[in-house]
Amino acid sequence: MKKYFVSHKLDISVSFFFVLIMLIFIAAKPEVFIGYKIYMAVFTSLGLVAILTTAIVFIIVVGEIDLSFPSVIGMGAWIFALSFKVGINPYICFLIALIVGCFIGFLNGIMVTKLGLPSLVLTLGMNFLLRGIIMIGSQANNISLVPLRASFFRSLFVGNLGGVFPVQMLWAIGFSIFFYFIFYRHRFGGHVCFVGDNILSAREMGVKVDRVKITTFIMVGFCAAFIGVLSSLLNNVFYATAGNGYLLLILAAVFLGGTPTWGGIGTILGAVVGSFIISFVQTGVIAVGLTGYYTDFFFGLILVIALISHRFTGGNLKKLK
Amino acid sequence: MNDNIFLMQIKDITKSYGSIQALKGISMNIGYNEIIGLVGDNGAGKTSLIKIMTGVHKQDNGEIFWKGKKINNLDVPLARQLGITTVFQDKALSPQHSIWRNIFMGRELTNKLGFIQIKKQKDETLKLMKGKMSFTSTAINPENIVGFMSGGEQQGVAISRAIYFDSELVILDEPTTGLSLTESQKVIDFILTIKKEGKSAIFISHNLFHVHPVVDKIVIIDRGITVGSYKKEDISLSELEKKMYLIAADAHATI
Repeated sequence: MKKYFVSHKLDISVSFFFVLIMLIFIAAKPEVFIGYKIYMAVFTSLGLVAILTTAIVFIIVVGEIDLSFPSVIGMGAWIFALSFKVGINPYICFLIALIVGCFIGFLNGIMVTKLGLPSLVLTLGMNFLLRGIIMIGSQANNISLVPLRASFFRSLFVGNLGGVFPVQMLWAIGFSIFFYFIFYRHRFGGHVCFVGDNILSAREMGVKVDRVKITTFIMVGFCAAFIGVLSSLLNNVFYATAGNGYLLLILAAVFLGGTPTWGGIGTILGAVVGSFIISFVQTGVIAVGLTGYYTDFFFGLILVIALISHRFTGGNLKKLK
Repeated sequence: MNDNIFLMQIKDITKSYGSIQALKGISMNIGYNEIIGLVGDNGAGKTSLIKIMTGVHKQDNGEIFWKGKKINNLDVPLARQLGITTVFQDKALSPQHSIWRNIFMGRELTNKLGFIQIKKQKDETLKLMKGKMSFTSTAINPENIVGFMSGGEQQGVAISRAIYFDSELVILDEPTTGLSLTESQKVIDFILTIKKEGKSAIFISHNLFHVHPVVDKIVIIDRGITVGSYKKEDISLSELEKKMYLIAADAHATI
């Protein structure tokens, strides 16, 4: 038991934060936070945030960064809407969107590993480039997905279970469990950690460094396109700005969750809890009666406090890098 | 001529990194159950040579033979498959991770789907630490984070890994650098164990006092070429020292 606490102290410390924040919300507005409706409302967007946050953990741990995901979300949504508009079966449209997402991830990965480009700048450029393509291609026009509103396809991804529980939350749980096992139990997760921790050692020990990095970029591309489609389905429309606004939220959730910036280690569970914190603060600030102006203030405050706390719980590993 | 009398042969290996020619034509024969001391000054090309012999880098020119058979595309997995293991100068460890993860780095024990058999890896690590490496300190716990261990203990993990995978040729790149006297002795004992077990090893070091007593043959390289190869009985420690001194002086004069 003690061993569990020692090896999961980051997860425990971030979970403690979440509980604390929830207690504050409950104390401030019990009539809202004791009912279930607020939770269902939060889960609507939380599901999408959590799916991508867990994928981003891999790329941070491998020692890279991907800032292009907001535009990949947009690209996934656009490709889906476009192919649906020309009359293709929605399942096929979804598949096309996912393939495009993976391909963008693959391109990012290739340029980082084979051309040696810095991922920070490259993916920032890709973010602008892809958004530009969406804007030029769509002329910033919306594409209606209303015909799908009552379809089984839509219910399968963003419907409400029993009329209340957002299905996307089940997808998020599925993705999180899958990524948890890949990260901690699978050879690939181990290799992601080795590459991020000491790339030379990993190479010397036969880890296929480039392949591992490219795969993490593909994972992010896949998940970004996935939630791009889901967000359009949720809104019943494709917006050319789809995905904007996710960048800092998702990165904040990853770091809030306890994954450090220096690579080599990370936490999937922490990222999920980080997503919970971000989503609940977003909705909770409004629900307790404050104006939206307070949201950024609380995000910032929590992130800074969490970082200081992580420094004491897991920060001693930093000196090993 | 039967080439099979050697475990590994390298012939006229050259290698450049950009405009720098690290190896200008190195040849070396490694016999069965033979411990070779590879010595040379800084920049002689020792590490470059090892990286080629273990498949980390590919030579520009030259040939590599394993048990008499020419090896064309030597990479890390193939080198391992042949039975070549290296204990690198930088130890090739992942400092933020546990001993049990490090021992199996790149060679995880997995099921068919690639999921790691964690319990088995931990058990094997514990067995290895207690047995062949006879770890006596707190480092006995496979869960310990490698980066928090002492330099000698870290070298121990790297060497344990080489032993575990039962190599035919263990290459030790400066394994005693930065170690205390007792820790260095441990490493030297290990090299003798390799000999006893009928395997071969290449021991690379600056420290001639560490090298001379344990090896069968000494190969001297200097600025990318082989300048001498001696059976131990043909060269005394003091003669070896003198030779190394002359090479260093010559290198200095050339600069």
